[in-house]
Amino acid sequence: MLDQTEGYVTEDGRQIGGVVMEMKNITLRFGGVVAIKDISFDIREGEIRAIIGPNGAGKSSMLNVISGFYIPQEGEVWFRGSKRPPTRPYEVAQQGIARTFQNIALFEGMSVLDNVMTGRLTQMKSSIFHQALWRGKAEAEETANREIAEKIIDFLEIQHIRKTPVARLPYGLKKRVELARALAAEPKLLLLDEPMAGMNVEEKEDMCRFILDVNDEFGTTIALIEHDMGVVMDLSDRVVVMDYGKKIGDGTPDEVRANQEVIDAYLGVSHD
Amino acid sequence: MAQSMTGAGDYQSIPALLHRNASEFGDSPAYREKEFGIWQSWTWSQTEKEIEALALGLINMGVAEGDFIAIIGRNRPYMYWSMVAAQMVGAVPVPLYQDAVAEEMAYVLSHCGARFVIVQDQEQVDKVIEVQDELHQFEHMIYLDPRGLRKYDHTHLHQYSHVQDQGRSAWDELHTELEARQAKLTYDSTCVMLYTSGTTGKPKGVVLSNRNVIESAKASSEFDHLSRDEEILAYLPMAWVGDFIFSIGQAYWTGFCVNCPESADTMMTDLREIGPTYYFAPPRVFETQLTNVMIRMEDAGRLKKRLFDHYMAVARRVGPKILDGEPVGMGDRIAYALGNMLIYGPLKNTLGFTNIRVGYTAGEAIGPEIFDFYRALGINLKQLYGQTEATVFITAQPDGQVRSDTVGVPSPGVEIKIDDNGEVHYRSPGVFVEYYKNAESTAGTKDAEGWVATGDAGFIEQDTGHLRIIDRAKDVGKMASGGMFAPKYVENKLKFYPNILEAVVFGNGRDRCTAFINIDLAAVGNWAERNNIAYASYQELAGHPEVLKAIQGHVEEVNASVAEDAMLSDCQVHRFVVLHKELDADDGELTRTRKVRRRIIEDKYGDIITALYDGSAQVSTSTEVTYEDGRKGAISATLDIRDAAVAPVATKMAAE
Repeated sequence: MLDQTEGYVTEDGRQIGGVVMEMKNITLRFGGVVAIKDISFDIREGEIRAIIGPNGAGKSSMLNVISGFYIPQEGEVWFRGSKRPPTRPYEVAQQGIARTFQNIALFEGMSVLDNVMTGRLTQMKSSIFHQALWRGKAEAEETANREIAEKIIDFLEIQHIRKTPVARLPYGLKKRVELARALAAEPKLLLLDEPMAGMNVEEKEDMCRFILDVNDEFGTTIALIEHDMGVVMDLSDRVVVMDYGKKIGDGTPDEVRANQEVIDAYLGVSHD
Repeated sequence: MAQSMTGAGDYQSIPALLHRNASEFGDSPAYREKEFGIWQSWTWSQTEKEIEALALGLINMGVAEGDFIAIIGRNRPYMYWSMVAAQMVGAVPVPLYQDAVAEEMAYVLSHCGARFVIVQDQEQVDKVIEVQDELHQFEHMIYLDPRGLRKYDHTHLHQYSHVQDQGRSAWDELHTELEARQAKLTYDSTCVMLYTSGTTGKPKGVVLSNRNVIESAKASSEFDHLSRDEEILAYLPMAWVGDFIFSIGQAYWTGFCVNCPESADTMMTDLREIGPTYYFAPPRVFETQLTNVMIRMEDAGRLKKRLFDHYMAVARRVGPKILDGEPVGMGDRIAYALGNMLIYGPLKNTLGFTNIRVGYTAGEAIGPEIFDFYRALGINLKQLYGQTEATVFITAQPDGQVRSDTVGVPSPGVEIKIDDNGEVHYRSPGVFVEYYKNAESTAGTKDAEGWVATGDAGFIEQDTGHLRIIDRAKDVGKMASGGMFAPKYVENKLKFYPNILEAVVFGNGRDRCTAFINIDLAAVGNWAERNNIAYASYQELAGHPEVLKAIQGHVEEVNASVAEDAMLSDCQVHRFVVLHKELDADDGELTRTRKVRRRIIEDKYGDIITALYDGSAQVSTSTEVTYEDGRKGAISATLDIRDAAVAPVATKMAAE
């Protein structure tokens, strides 16, 4: 299939680089339940990689393995050329991986700006003591981080809700705020868990545009889980298809679309 | 510049005024823009350097004197600078409405033959690229915001900051050329070309000279005693003459600071933060704000609501008198002061109107209730009457002589006469040079002595000398009965109800009048919510029997008020229909400044008009709509037609 080191060029002419993250023969069990069974795939620098599959296929589990939240019983996770030992989620965040959640996990009582600022947490180096007293480098650090947060607010066009508490926002905007918080960490790899779930057509279009813009503007590698097939096929460069914890397809949207096993499992078998 | 000067002394162009401001008070702020959550500001001397860099960059790219440079974007300092930079190199800036669809842009761009286009972002770049095959003279495009444009073919595409950088590095070789070009600018050079939206036909390019702009800015600044300390918020379309005069003409003449909002959605927050001292808004903006205040008061607690109602009654009674300096009793003054502490002050602060010294509204008639509401709060809101061809000012209301039904006295330097047909004509230093490439229209509008026909019918009040406008002269017609037909007069009365967003009255040459009505979704939607009326769409709400009943009540009240005016009593609305879609500029039904295009509406909705006159109780119709991205679709509906009671007229009985 694809060359391990060289990368490839997408249909719209983007150069995709080498492997950033590789899953090697991952198996994940919860007691007797096998959520993921012997799955291998890679994510390459600068690409938009989708993981799709019917309900219960193990997509979210897969994302949790990537984000370090679940430790697989078997298999290896390779990140940037070295094997990743079992890590805690905050260590993963420090390595440059950020994520959003299927069920929005924002601080509801805090303003949009404060929520986005929490995304900068991993970059803040000054001690609690300094921060509490607003002394020494704490002030300069806050200013620098605020600037980055503001640039992301500008990028995602949420200036008008900067000071609004998140609880008062409609669903579509909350999703955008979550994306903003993830971007605030300036991730190398961005994980999106069902970014379009529960959105109307207009909100989906906006979200698609932002995902593409993030990829284009910051060169962020994006891995996403999504239900909406139309969105997945339009957005992603390569797609992994899962069913009952197994990988049944992997390739460009066109290849996946033509894969009989995928059609049967995900899109349904025709009965004529 | 050695030749003899007129009026404005040594300053015969906007770039000359820029230079004066930069050398006389270079450290005062000239522009502010909120970006990344902070108000960024530029002093006059920084502004001069930025504009100069861009101007050098433009020469470097090959802009010649007399070229037209189209400018498309929202109010940002950079976009204003590009206008002045264009003037500096002897080119003519042509600002375009940023929400215009691609075809509309194509017409204007090809009509003026713009070789260069300066745009704000990807959206505008895409629109120009879409139509560039039709534009034979188009050569280069400069964009401000690089977002999303990295992969575009950059043979004819340039980033604003790069053009400036190239200009800065070419300073040695090009600055003499720039100075030479700037020295050639005189009072008679073209300052700007603005396309009028035009309620009929294609837009016309109005050529305004430096004389027009500077003389108008000077006279109007003196009229309202504007100083360098004013703060204004620039949020109205840059393609509109008003914005050009306020944000460039008056700003450069008096040297005050122009503040640009962060985005269209943050306008209200930015308004509060800046607290402008000089403010302009079309009636629609004041209407929307008042509607919002009223909606929020409906949802407020009982104590707050009672306080609000009580003190607003006080304000309506004495507020305007205090503002006009008329005698007011001690008790009323104390009540008003108390109200100011409890209600008016906080309310003005919320609206961002605390510091307003002079506020203007124009473009359309404003409802007396709306007008009085703001004046009652102590906001010095006034009306002016103007048009692009006059470089805005024809008449304006002096302090202390403000009323909702007149548009004021002739502005300094303006002469006015009313011709035999009742049409208003004016002559002033602001009278435009010509319509570009349209000598026929120029001759039809401006006569040899410099008198310009406004196209509006009106009269001058005998006792006060104030001008009153009745309607567009071409829209004023005759009913079959011989009575006068002035649709706008009735439409304005209808639109003064918060529930009614837009109205179109028909009846020219017929025996009675009928009307189309658009509901205001914000006001009616809130009313529906409070009354537990469920609706899924605009169309459904517009067709709801309760809504129709409420609208019918408004129409009947208007009929009663129209009946009181002997001259216009035949204009009462006998039948009306509430339309299933909002009239929209994208569908060509309104102009970009939201004026009704009667001919187009009459053609498009012919079937409904027929039904209004043939007595049928319902009409089924299908209407084409254009979405923002240019796609077309159709919506169909069955509309109820309602009969409204008409009031008896004093002299003769109405026909029902």
